[in-house]
Amino acid sequence: MKGKFKQSAKFLSILVIAISMLLSACTNNGDKPTANEGNTNASNEETKAPQEFRFTLGSNPPSLDPALMTDAQSSIVAAGLYEGLTRLNTKGEPENAIAQDITVSEDGKTYTIKLRNDVKWSNGDSVTAHDFEYAWKRALNPETASEYAYMLYYLENGEKYNNGEATADEVGVKAKDDYTLEVKLYAPAPYFTSLIAHYTYLPVHQATVEAAPDWASEAKSIVSNGPFILTSWAHGDKLVLEKNPNYFNKDAISFDKVTISIVVDNNTVYQMFETDKIDWIGAQAGSLPADLTQQLIKDGKAEVTPVASLYYYLFNNEKPPFNNVKVRKAFAMAIDRQSLVDNVAQANQQPAYGMVPPSISVPGGQDFREAYPDNYFTDNVEEAKKLLAEGLAEEGLSELPEITLLYNTDDNHKKLAEAIVDMWRKALGVEVKLANQEWGTFLETRKAGQFDIARSGWGADINHPINFTYDLIHSKSGNNDGRYNNPKVDELLNNSLVAETSDKSIQMMAEAERIAIEEDMAALPLFYYTTVTMLKDGFTGVVSDYAGHLDWVHGSKQ
Amino acid sequence: MLRFISGKFLFMLLSMFLLITATFFLMNAIPGSPLQGEKATSEAVQKNLEAYYGLDKPLIVQYGKYLENLLHGDLGISMKMKFRSVDKMIAESFGPSLRLGITALITSVVVGCILGILAAMHHRKLLDNLAMTIAVIGLAIPSIVLAPTMQYFLGTKLGWFNVAGLDGPLDYVLPTIALASGPIAFIARLLRSTMIEVLGSDFIKTAKSKGLSGYVIVVKHAFRNSMLPVVTYLGYLTAGIITGSVVVENIFAIPGIGKHFVTSIIDRDYPLIMGITIFYAAILMLTRFLADVAYVLVDPRMRSGGKVGK
Repeated sequence: MKGKFKQSAKFLSILVIAISMLLSACTNNGDKPTANEGNTNASNEETKAPQEFRFTLGSNPPSLDPALMTDAQSSIVAAGLYEGLTRLNTKGEPENAIAQDITVSEDGKTYTIKLRNDVKWSNGDSVTAHDFEYAWKRALNPETASEYAYMLYYLENGEKYNNGEATADEVGVKAKDDYTLEVKLYAPAPYFTSLIAHYTYLPVHQATVEAAPDWASEAKSIVSNGPFILTSWAHGDKLVLEKNPNYFNKDAISFDKVTISIVVDNNTVYQMFETDKIDWIGAQAGSLPADLTQQLIKDGKAEVTPVASLYYYLFNNEKPPFNNVKVRKAFAMAIDRQSLVDNVAQANQQPAYGMVPPSISVPGGQDFREAYPDNYFTDNVEEAKKLLAEGLAEEGLSELPEITLLYNTDDNHKKLAEAIVDMWRKALGVEVKLANQEWGTFLETRKAGQFDIARSGWGADINHPINFTYDLIHSKSGNNDGRYNNPKVDELLNNSLVAETSDKSIQMMAEAERIAIEEDMAALPLFYYTTVTMLKDGFTGVVSDYAGHLDWVHGSKQ
Repeated sequence: MLRFISGKFLFMLLSMFLLITATFFLMNAIPGSPLQGEKATSEAVQKNLEAYYGLDKPLIVQYGKYLENLLHGDLGISMKMKFRSVDKMIAESFGPSLRLGITALITSVVVGCILGILAAMHHRKLLDNLAMTIAVIGLAIPSIVLAPTMQYFLGTKLGWFNVAGLDGPLDYVLPTIALASGPIAFIARLLRSTMIEVLGSDFIKTAKSKGLSGYVIVVKHAFRNSMLPVVTYLGYLTAGIITGSVVVENIFAIPGIGKHFVTSIIDRDYPLIMGITIFYAAILMLTRFLADVAYVLVDPRMRSGGKVGK
């Protein structure tokens, strides 16, 4: 026994030595920052290049091929890699990029775009009008199977070509010469200059694309034309972009290096910010942990920016009881939106009484909501009770049938749904059941119209109210999952596309929105999203754009 | 021995075939489509996409095509990560998971065995209690709690480690602890109970009476005889630990393979679901197979072909 003890004592002491060695190794490592604390700027020690910007994305970009991109993450990276005809500034207004001069024909259907002649691809080739013609036709080519091809349906015969009913030659885009692009539209689109800033309209390098279909999935095979070049892409881990020395407007670019880490966990993103590994959180480039958000806003450490996205519930307009407008209105008015934002959503979101978010502007730069405020209804429990009773009577119902609120599985959606169901219970005395489904299943159920009330959210592709009117309340829109159908609204929206002036067009869209909400309560708007962002001191020009996507390209560090 | 191995091998092939078939049809039975995003796409685009990925054909034809490609070693391309081949995605993300997994595996076995042996040798004494307390804590605290706690205190507060990434050797420490804490506890408890039994058996008493020291007895006799259940457990553990953990990977931002198991299903990325399932099954079967072989090597009774209950 004694021998055994000796042995184990010896063993233990070895273990202790090993552990202490490990610990001392760690302490040595820990010494570095401690020693540096004496210096004035210890935090600068790690960033060797002064003009470096670092942030995270929640997922690996699925593609950096402009024709195939569909998500915010890819678009944040692509904004640095590619240059289009126009680029949106921080206010969301289009500014000429490769386009030098854009002229529109009388009927608003033909655009003649003069291109700069000093723009180069990263392999040295010139960027010409032919590249744009090729890229747009490629995105529409049925064989490319681009999910965002519909963004190009504005082009004459664009939709037909995508459907296989027209040839590529019939599509309304043509390079007149190397630096002149002629675009023919199917109908006038006053926001066309914003539209061509969208990533589906970015040019691609023909020889590169034709050489390998997977050209856009590795850093070394990407040929781009933007302010930055992708120097490395470790999938699921890190993307590194460096300033493009041949970019035509390189003086406007300050960052030398941009490092993008793929980090899923919100808490990890925050810890990385705290330990000075990243410079930015928010706007689709990492988000703050929900339990810290409110405190950080209160302490002035985080900033809240409105986002052109709407959080709303869909009513199934075809199924009782929500085929009745009074019942729809009752449910919409029985919610205390401010309380919902303050106590549940908790990121200073703005209560929504319309469909178009406040950060959407109209051509000319004015906010849409300034001209057309969303005072279409109010939170009013008494009125709601009355309307519910009347609505049920109209339908010949003595009591409400069983109603289920369907949402996609997620903690935040769940909290909101529970709070809303509670508000309905208190205000209207109705019992609404909750059901949740995993995302893919949920989308299928919702598309099939198998719900009473379903959660929904909608963001903008371009800075224009059409995103929230035509897309959501037109009876022909594929995104109108509540199957709202009012011919008056359809007519207004159709006419808005061919209106003589942009003002008239906007006015018609606003009127369509008013009818859909004030008169019909087609859906149940809840709030307009915000994004909560944090930025390290010393950076300027890094912002969340109108849509709530990080815009970092023109940032700099002092 | 050869018969034993070839028998096992054939059984593996059959299991693999059944698994592929079951996964393929179950996966297609889940509602939702890989090609349906939140935004509605026109019917034409939807049709183009379906044609592109061959989803417009009857399921049985798709199945046949998949098997045919698989025989040629082609796992297809991801539907989510455009034009990325599934085998490349698996190969790239398996590297970090494998490196981290092996580190965690070695740590689990070494620390687990040390704790187990110490506990067994000092049965019902202070060291036993101490080792088992550590083991219970390791088993009770899930990595989803342990990992962020370590990340916060050792990473953010004390600044000893990076909070995320897998760039330097030190970056392995926290994820390794998070991955190994459970297995350490399991191995320690497993080894302790077997060893207490073995230490009480006749041949140990004989060895003691021959005058061998406690250390020699434990290392040369008791340990080897107590290893059998641990070796069996290692078969399962290895497959699990080297194919990553979605929790640990997410928390420490490790570009590993674990996340594919979850995201491929969420995305309905059919080729990736198939690829990742086949890959995991192959590793699981292989490690089980190796564990079986190791079992034979450790336990001479197995070599004579006699059946011993596992």
